[in-house]
Amino acid sequence: MSSFPEDLKYAPSHEWVRIEADGSIVMGISDHAQELLGDIVFIELPSEGADVTAKAEMSVVESVKAASDIYAPVSGTIVEVNQALLDSPETVNTSPYGDGWFCRIKPSNPAELDALLDADAYAKICE
Amino acid sequence: MGQRTPLYQQHLNAGAKIVDFGGWDMPIQYQSLIEEHHAVRQHAGVFDVSHMTVVDISGTQAKDWLRYLLANDVDKLTEPGRALYSAMLNDNGGVVDDLIVYTMSEGYRLVVNCGTREKDLRWMQTKAKGFDVSILERPELAILAVHGPESINKVCALLSTERAAAVEALGNFRALESEDWFIARTGYTGERGLELIVPNADAPALWDALLGSGVKPIGLGARDTLRLEAGMNLYGHDMDEEVSPLAANMAQTISWEPSDRQFVGRAAVEQHKIEQAAGKLPILTGLVLEERGVLREGLRVVCEVDGQEREGIITSGSFSPTLKHSIALARIPAGSTECRVDIRGKLTPVRIVRPNFVRFGKKVFE
Repeated sequence: MSSFPEDLKYAPSHEWVRIEADGSIVMGISDHAQELLGDIVFIELPSEGADVTAKAEMSVVESVKAASDIYAPVSGTIVEVNQALLDSPETVNTSPYGDGWFCRIKPSNPAELDALLDADAYAKICE
Repeated sequence: MGQRTPLYQQHLNAGAKIVDFGGWDMPIQYQSLIEEHHAVRQHAGVFDVSHMTVVDISGTQAKDWLRYLLANDVDKLTEPGRALYSAMLNDNGGVVDDLIVYTMSEGYRLVVNCGTREKDLRWMQTKAKGFDVSILERPELAILAVHGPESINKVCALLSTERAAAVEALGNFRALESEDWFIARTGYTGERGLELIVPNADAPALWDALLGSGVKPIGLGARDTLRLEAGMNLYGHDMDEEVSPLAANMAQTISWEPSDRQFVGRAAVEQHKIEQAAGKLPILTGLVLEERGVLREGLRVVCEVDGQEREGIITSGSFSPTLKHSIALARIPAGSTECRVDIRGKLTPVRIVRPNFVRFGKKVFE
């Protein structure tokens, strides 16, 4: 069974978001998403300093089975990237909400966070 | 709900993710495809391939008929317990299916693909007119493929002393009948191993005993990455009814001699041979991408042939867990010197290699 931590917010396109004390957000892909993808072998991440737009492609994940686009959950600027994923992409399979985080974004429009789903609502669309 | 093999409950017990595969509910993977892949390359794994179709051939003209039906020549099978890989061609020289044929103490045994079962049986019946031959499907048999460097020892440890001695003595591409079990040194992984064709009723206990001795259950996902590393074709992807075996790296499986053997499709593939000599037939080759990215089936390949750009296509592609980069089989124009693959709009250079990537756990191409 996939897990859906209560303290996170989720995009319907299967990204999770954690809102940090400084107002930045950390994002990755959900446990459900990594299960669907299967073994992940490559990840392309955006560069630090790049601007991303909510619901636009920001990253590509390649598993043995398929290539999948990952969408920015909110608009903003990439302030930190999890470089460790470039060498150990399988971390996303083993720890999607922990060491498998993708990047930290400084949101340009925090109101977009309100449009994200809570754990229950996201779990429902994964059924 | 699809058809289920006698091992369906075993798959659920092992935590399988079940998918529809040609009308069958089959395990695509258990926990991790990559770990399953490594288990076969490094230790031993067992696959349920009971969805494949076993067909026994008997009758006074069984041999004559198979020499007509198949592009390879069963006359090479000089004694019981030998195996041969062959294409079954249509009249246009396209591949109806690929199969393994074994000689039995009486008659022959064919193992054909699951996705082509109905058309294969129909084709065989059509081509059997005028021959004294009986074509008998054996749905009451299950197939367990056990592969990997430790596989044969693991299987033998579960058998009676007598049966184990016979299995240990089996050479590659040899098989034996032992009461109602049929045990063959054949497979689809590029590793040592056995295919055990046993009564459905025996399959669950055999599966449980193998898992109990440390053999890992392997899903169809890893079966595909293993066979691709071994450079083995997958029917419906690397070849089909529209593709000549000469354009599918199957030339070695056509037996041209004796020249008076009239097998189905012979006239057409003789024509293909002439086209091939003139450089007009494409080839099935290996491609290697050593940087990041994954080559996938259906991607366009831009090839350079005598200074001109021509196109090919990837017929099978994946990440190779053993090599830790992507590999593919691709059909490209003969004489291609350089290839680039269109990966999401970016033309990415790849290397052209012989279509055989990994054998016995080791990289085999230059």
